[in-house]
Parts: sequence; C-alpha cells; structure tokens
Amino acid sequence: MHLGRVKGTVVATVKSPGLEGIRFLVVQPLDRARKENGEAVVCADATLQAGVGELVYFVGGREAAVALPQEFVPVDHSVVGIVDQVEDL
Amino acid sequence: MFLARVYGTVVSTVNHSYFDGRTLLLVDRVDENLEPTGGYMIAVDSVQAGAGELVLVLDEGTGARQVTGDPKGPVRTVIVGIVDEVDGPR
Repeated sequence: MHLGRVKGTVVATVKSPGLEGIRFLVVQPLDRARKENGEAVVCADATLQAGVGELVYFVGGREAAVALPQEFVPVDHSVVGIVDQVEDL
Repeated sequence: MFLARVYGTVVSTVNHSYFDGRTLLLVDRVDENLEPTGGYMIAVDSVQAGAGELVLVLDEGTGARQVTGDPKGPVRTVIVGIVDEVDGPR
C-alpha cells in the first residue's frame, strides 16, 4: 500500500458490469516525503467517504477488488483508508 | 518478499473494516547492503515490529490474507519477520 492524495472524482455512466455504485477517485501517489510521484490512478473508494484533498492509502492489484462489497469486479486500485496522521517513529 | 526498515506509522479511523485494530507501519525498502533505495511501503504488522527494525515484508495478497487470518482482507503487504542477520558477500 502507498499514500496518495485525492485529486478528484470520476463519473462514468457507461461501464462494465460490476462497476455500478462504486465511487471512483483520481488519486495521486505520494513518495516517502509525501510529494507527488508518478502518474495518477483511478481508485475505487472502499471507504465510501474519501473527499478531494484528503490523504489516503490505497492498495493495488487483485486486493483492490477484494476491498469492495462485490469481489469479482474489474478494479485494480482501491482506497482502503483515510489517513488521520502519519507519525515518524 | 523484500527487506525494509520500519520508520513510521499511519493512523487512520475511517478505513475498510479489515484494518480496524491493526497496526500499519511505514517501511523504507533497503538493498542488499541494507541501504535505503528511496522506495517505501505501508505494511500491516503481524510480528510486533518496532521503530528502526529491519524486517521481512511480504507483498502478495493470498499469503498476506493467510498470515493476518482474514480470507476477505484487502491486504497485500504484511511484515512477516524481524531480521536478526543478513549474511553473505557484500
């Protein structure tokens, strides 16, 4: 999992079966210093309440679909948590 | 699996229910000389790893779900060991 910043939301009317009712977010991955790094990805929102500007963590791969109510859906990234705080130990 | 060093935690209250009560640790990936590569990961802790410790990290979902005991967990990255020693030519 990595940290990301929510940049926006995506609405699509025409989509593959299984994607109905899923919130989609544009998420910019962040590096170790929490600077933007790499290309933005579209994530399903498994928290149902991540908003634009929020710091989140997301999972990629097969596990992204496991995070959703219906497991066998064509999703490859999911936001699984909203970050309150990042603490350096 | 890869080697990494624990450097932080992520605190979160709104999350997928799988993460309730679990510790999320930030780890720096390290190379064969145990030097940071610049990459990092957020991993679920399964071994009570502490700050600065060198750890063994699994990045594969089926094993991660098995180790953390939840077949429905949306998890891929788990700390599965605390490294005592890395041996070999450097």
